[in-house]
Amino acid sequence: MNLIKFHRHIALCVGFVVTIASSFAQTDQDAIMMNKNQFCTGLMYGTDSWNKYWEGTNHRENLNLGTISSKSLSVMGNYGIKDNLNFLFNTPYISNKASAGTLHSIAGIQDLSAWLKWMPIEKDLKHGTFSLYVLAGASAPLNDYIVDYLPLAIGFKSSTASGRLMLDYQLGDFFATASETYTIRGNSQTERNAYYTTVMNLSNQIAMPDVNTLHFRAGYRTSWLIAEATLTDTKTLGGFDITKNNMPFPSNRMNSTSVGVNIKYEIPKVFGLSLIGGGNHVIQGRNVGQSTAYYGGLFYILDFSKKVKKKKESTNSSTEKK
Amino acid sequence: MKHLYIKSLVALFLLSLASCKKDIEFRTAHLPILEPKNIDLDAGSWKTVLLTRPDTFAIATPLDKSNANYIAELNEIKGFQRNLTQDQSSNINYWAAGGVLRWNELIRELVAKYNLPPFQNEDGTYPIPSSANPFAYPLFPFANPPYSARAYAYIAAAQYDALVACWHYKKLYNRAAPYNNDSSIIAKAGKSNLPSYPSEAAVIAGVTAEMMKLLFPTEIAAIQEKATAHEEATIMSGSATRSDVNAGDALGRQIAQVFIARAKTDKAGKAVGTPTDWANFETSTIAKGEIPWISQDSPKRPGMLPLYGNVKPFLFDTTTAKSLVPPPPPLTGSDQMKIELAEVLSYTNNPTIENQQLVLFWGDGVGTYTPPGHWNAIAAEDFITKNFSEVRWARNLALLNMALMDAGIVCWKTKYTYYNPRPSQLDPRIKTLTGLPNFPSYISGHSTFSGAAAAILGYIIPERASAYTQMANDASKSRLVGGLHYRSDCEVGLRVGNDIGQYAIERAKTDGAN
Repeated sequence: MNLIKFHRHIALCVGFVVTIASSFAQTDQDAIMMNKNQFCTGLMYGTDSWNKYWEGTNHRENLNLGTISSKSLSVMGNYGIKDNLNFLFNTPYISNKASAGTLHSIAGIQDLSAWLKWMPIEKDLKHGTFSLYVLAGASAPLNDYIVDYLPLAIGFKSSTASGRLMLDYQLGDFFATASETYTIRGNSQTERNAYYTTVMNLSNQIAMPDVNTLHFRAGYRTSWLIAEATLTDTKTLGGFDITKNNMPFPSNRMNSTSVGVNIKYEIPKVFGLSLIGGGNHVIQGRNVGQSTAYYGGLFYILDFSKKVKKKKESTNSSTEKK
Repeated sequence: MKHLYIKSLVALFLLSLASCKKDIEFRTAHLPILEPKNIDLDAGSWKTVLLTRPDTFAIATPLDKSNANYIAELNEIKGFQRNLTQDQSSNINYWAAGGVLRWNELIRELVAKYNLPPFQNEDGTYPIPSSANPFAYPLFPFANPPYSARAYAYIAAAQYDALVACWHYKKLYNRAAPYNNDSSIIAKAGKSNLPSYPSEAAVIAGVTAEMMKLLFPTEIAAIQEKATAHEEATIMSGSATRSDVNAGDALGRQIAQVFIARAKTDKAGKAVGTPTDWANFETSTIAKGEIPWISQDSPKRPGMLPLYGNVKPFLFDTTTAKSLVPPPPPLTGSDQMKIELAEVLSYTNNPTIENQQLVLFWGDGVGTYTPPGHWNAIAAEDFITKNFSEVRWARNLALLNMALMDAGIVCWKTKYTYYNPRPSQLDPRIKTLTGLPNFPSYISGHSTFSGAAAAILGYIIPERASAYTQMANDASKSRLVGGLHYRSDCEVGLRVGNDIGQYAIERAKTDGAN
């Protein structure tokens, strides 16, 4: 029976409410492919909040911010160019506010991110199946939002390019996936024409340090249900610490480790319809909010292939995997 | 279809890589050598700020150019120039753009570094930075707008007086620059007929380093390194010998003492006030039947430097400062106040991206070089194009910064005379587009500073006068649309600032520099 290959995950809300765009709300961190000519699309709603954060390494609260909460609605899609080559995109609308203090809330469309996901190797071993994925991603701001307004700004307005290697192993109904992602980040721009980091910068350009992300997920994976636990470790390769009682800045060294769970459920009666949900929590960080996020979404597969029946005959084990 | 996907992804990817440029060129990183249009040889007769005479502090007559010790000094320069390292060359180029400029940039950097409000104590009170114990948290100083306006002014005025004295001796002793005394010395930082004794670079370095001991005591070591780098640069560039530098450094440091003595008694040290003072503002406002300002920080923070309005101004006396305080704002219960409050709400209800950007551009809040610093940056970047001599640079920045400091004094006097609540206090629906400053509303500090700065800068560079006025209006408007101020705060602030700017213009007309 054919399966829905779509599964998603809000990787992590790295950063200060603002997510590091390329890793937010992607379907790109799992070892699942859409079949050729299938297009899965849907909406994801997420909430995220924190009332403690790390100012450098100092874990604190801020009575002038209270709880920072973020809501997002993302449009996402994944198209199967080939069985082993997918194109994915995502763009979120984000709204951020603080429960205390006088700072105004901010909302708007953030960045468009897109990935090419290629599975060059899929091998049946004596026990289980091993597969290797290579991904290339990019993101760019879609909208003229303000940047130098952390922790409430909705993004960094920095174009990025990412590369990822991902390994997956499935044994029976259980699986484990590991990936490493390197993200090059282009300059961001502050609305000011001078800013202090650890030196005075007489420019509106902000050099954004690159980011490296390690991601692990493991759990139960069958054609109708996925239940998994995740661990994500994000490191910003450079940047500076927030000074005591200062505000955060886009080029801070934003690091975080988070854990989470995801569930994807295939609705048996309706072909191609799936529900997903999950959450995650930052357990350790630096210059980031200690956020807890929850999300849920509804996705549907549109099949553009000429012969749906052909799928049935496919022996591609990737189609069996889920 | 798939080609479209692949093409658009490849395009997006390439676009991202292309825009991932990492190099940032700071605006003033690579400037041409300052080659003054006019060396202002007679600047020794310009009107000083505090010095009663340009020769209050004597310096020794320089050695004759045939003296063996002087020849040894020239040989020192030649020795340096034969083996200049890359770092030494960069150092020469950096300072050759102008010493007053570079020190102004360094001071702005320190202001931004130290412009952080102290974190609260466990019991909800706030610690106060102490100049007697500057390394304990909170580090001294908290370089907020009033503090920094005063710091910029003292340094600029001291530099100016020191350079007037320097020019006096230059003309008196008329010792030619090393490159004019010895043709084998290369002029690596420009050439002119300005006499080199005492060295203007060393005067600037000495006077500034000395002032910074008072104003940024935790940075003394770093500042001294900069002063040494500046003085080395001027020697290695062939502009001055060691005796030119030593005489200049000593002269600068002596003149700084005059300004330090004034600073110690100008009442800024008492500007924090006492809990009794703080309570009095509130009770006396209530006694007038008005709603008093209340801190919206949590926990409630005493208003910023409530007695700063009593600080001794530079451009006029304290009585005049009091007379410059404008009439009261609309009464908190008046219809006019309701109208102004509604206007603020109308701006913050649905802020436009243009207004958000305007507010952030002029925000100059926590962690920045403050509005006075912003106006120094504007001035400096225009002065660069004017090829002023160092003494004229100092004169113009002194005029600007004395106007900014005095604007701060009158503005603060006004704020704590009326103790008027912020829009977001009277209507909690008003949310601000940048951080809310912790002091009363009327009159707007940004507007007062900007009105004063635009006036004096428009006098110094007349062809930019309307641009400065536009900038001041923008800075002022940003506080209204950002939800921080009422229209009255902004309009009256601009007017009061402009009035104060006129005092700087009057001084400029008669200081002998025209």
